[in-house]
Amino acid sequence: MRPPSLLSLTLDSALLHIAHIADLSHLPDHLVIDLFRRTLSAGKLTEKVLKLFLATGCEEIILAVQLLNIKQPIVPVLPTRCSESEVDIVIAALQPNLTTFFEAWRPFFSRFHIIVVKDPDMAENLQIPTGFDLKVYTKSDINGVLGASSINFSGHSCRYFGYLVSRKKYVISIDDNCLPVKDTAGSTVDVVAQHMANLKTPATPFFFNTLYDPYRKGVDFVRGYPFSLREGVECMLSCGLWMHNADYDPMTHVVKRNQRNTTYVDAVMTVPLGAMLPVSGINVAFNRDVLGPAMFPGLRLQNEGKHRWDTLEDIWNGLCAKVVCDSLGYGVKTGLPYVMRSDAEAGKALESLKDWEGVKVMDDVLPFFQSLKLSRTAVTVDDCVKGASWNCT
Amino acid sequence: MASASHAPTPLLKDELDIVIPTIRNLDFLEMWRPFFQPYHLIIVQDGDPSKTIRVPEGFDYELYNRNDINRMLGPKASCISFKDSACRCFGYMVSKKKYIYTIDDDCFVAKDPSGKDINALEQHIKNLLSPSTPFFFNTLYDPYRVGADFVRGYPFSLREGVPTAVSHGLWLNIPDYDAPTQLVKPLERNTRYVDAILTIPKGTLFPMCGMNLAFDRELIGPAMYFGLMGDGQPIGRYDDMWAGWCTKVITDHLGLGVKTGLPYIWHSKASNPFVNLKKEYNGIFWQEELIPFFQSVSLPKEATTVQKCYLELAKQVRAKLGKVDGYFNKLADSMVTWIEAWDELNPPKGGVPTANGPPPKK
Repeated sequence: MRPPSLLSLTLDSALLHIAHIADLSHLPDHLVIDLFRRTLSAGKLTEKVLKLFLATGCEEIILAVQLLNIKQPIVPVLPTRCSESEVDIVIAALQPNLTTFFEAWRPFFSRFHIIVVKDPDMAENLQIPTGFDLKVYTKSDINGVLGASSINFSGHSCRYFGYLVSRKKYVISIDDNCLPVKDTAGSTVDVVAQHMANLKTPATPFFFNTLYDPYRKGVDFVRGYPFSLREGVECMLSCGLWMHNADYDPMTHVVKRNQRNTTYVDAVMTVPLGAMLPVSGINVAFNRDVLGPAMFPGLRLQNEGKHRWDTLEDIWNGLCAKVVCDSLGYGVKTGLPYVMRSDAEAGKALESLKDWEGVKVMDDVLPFFQSLKLSRTAVTVDDCVKGASWNCT
Repeated sequence: MASASHAPTPLLKDELDIVIPTIRNLDFLEMWRPFFQPYHLIIVQDGDPSKTIRVPEGFDYELYNRNDINRMLGPKASCISFKDSACRCFGYMVSKKKYIYTIDDDCFVAKDPSGKDINALEQHIKNLLSPSTPFFFNTLYDPYRVGADFVRGYPFSLREGVPTAVSHGLWLNIPDYDAPTQLVKPLERNTRYVDAILTIPKGTLFPMCGMNLAFDRELIGPAMYFGLMGDGQPIGRYDDMWAGWCTKVITDHLGLGVKTGLPYIWHSKASNPFVNLKKEYNGIFWQEELIPFFQSVSLPKEATTVQKCYLELAKQVRAKLGKVDGYFNKLADSMVTWIEAWDELNPPKGGVPTANGPPPKK
């Protein structure tokens, strides 16, 4: 048998690094075609890699794509960073027809077990497409599991029941009116992969890195960052963001009714120790094994409605989680990934304003959390949450 | 709610000085000409004072070399570093303007993702003229930017913000790494344009880089002392770091804000990592003590001005860091000298500066 040629070895090496190559246009066509064939055989054709080959303008490749019926977006290559056994996706269903939602998320969610919790107040049946490993929990399940409980799981709070019944290490939760979005390079954002990357790389809460997340590719800790702090701590909570319809309170929605979030900020960063933030439940992921006990709906506004701006349960939850993480030496990140949030409800903010009590609530809530000091003997999340609730009363 | 102004950013050409330390030449100003020409420049010439620094035609500037510094400050000149860009803080002291922008002479105009040249100075002015939000983190970053706002859950009582004292810009191309990281990653370039400005939360320290920095001299000027570095000193490349830690502690105490993020400049020159390692060597060990020191500093209620805060800091540096190395006693002394010199050159309105002689013209 002939030993492999130098050219063949080079192409194999290029294949190994295909995800990191930015431009193939300088290669002669026959090599581009050979590389394309190898990429297909190795199962390494992702949306980004496909774009790379199509950008060369090579006619044979364009023809092959058509003949093989390769479509964009396609099911991404299995991300190597997380396994199905680690992740549950929890979706609170506040609208009955989830067909568009699940079809759009199919390439990213289809590998994982999905927990759908139906708003106990919603009468209609859910419409969910097939082909998912999915379990639906309804009002009877909630009552069956918990019986009489002081926790009200109606509306957006129903997702917390999903956190309760999950058995996985990580949970990713997205509102049912959000769809995948494209990043500035035009590739669809894999929300699962980004949240997992955030949770699986350390956070750096003790000192601010001016180049943001130092564990991202192409960046590092800057000059002046103490070396003893460069190991970081485990990240427990990953807070994502939203393009288009941003998560504003109803007053801001009314005054800036035409404003849409169009700025894609390509950064993830750790929220520093001691700094509080408003965690939005619209697009969030966390380490359920460790932080789970802190992820509960503690605050319910009196006239809480079904719109996101009617609630503050996630804000309260986030403040609890942050205090607990700060106390136990864990990290919280914010930034990527983005989702595209529809503005189906945006015009209705004015109706909510009438009964909205949210104006003053945060002015009382925040100082409480900022001054909350948990006992040094509280070394688990469980103890911390109990300690916090003791302070509450 | 944040009401972003759609009005054009004021030039502030009579209220802002650009301070540039240099040892070679100022050819880089040619590229900045469209943006810098309206402004007055203060050039601090480091190194050999007999050398002539060539300034491109058409700029309005004043230039100070070591002889000028010695003449104007007399014995107090000892607080100004020699053979280190830390000498730039002399420029802050002699300026009479409200705002300072400082930039290194190897920093050029960068392009944003659309290919447009970035007017760094304009962005810094925007940052300084809009409030900061240090008491609660806004997840959509700077809420005063056009197109952004405070998110749901942001307390309304905190939406007015506080005055911004410092605007810390970033760098594309050569990132500001320390020597060990430069040695391990000599080819890494910062290519990621992060389209955000954010306030660094109260109580959080950060590594302030002096390459692309603007501040409100009236609000925080006396805290921007860049320390004793360079010739005859056991440490270098920590001048801006030191100023940043002091500044952050004081802004936190006085309820002022520090922003970081946009604008980007293009950093063209990577300094020699082996030379850097020698300069930074002590700093790398000392910063392990310095960070806990700054994180636990508490300033008394009576410290109501920047100068009072700074003198109190100097006292604590002497008391707590003197045992780390004798250098910190010298540094504490210089911090006091700096404030004395600052107050002499910047008396309260109505007073007359008592420095030796008027500043030299070009």
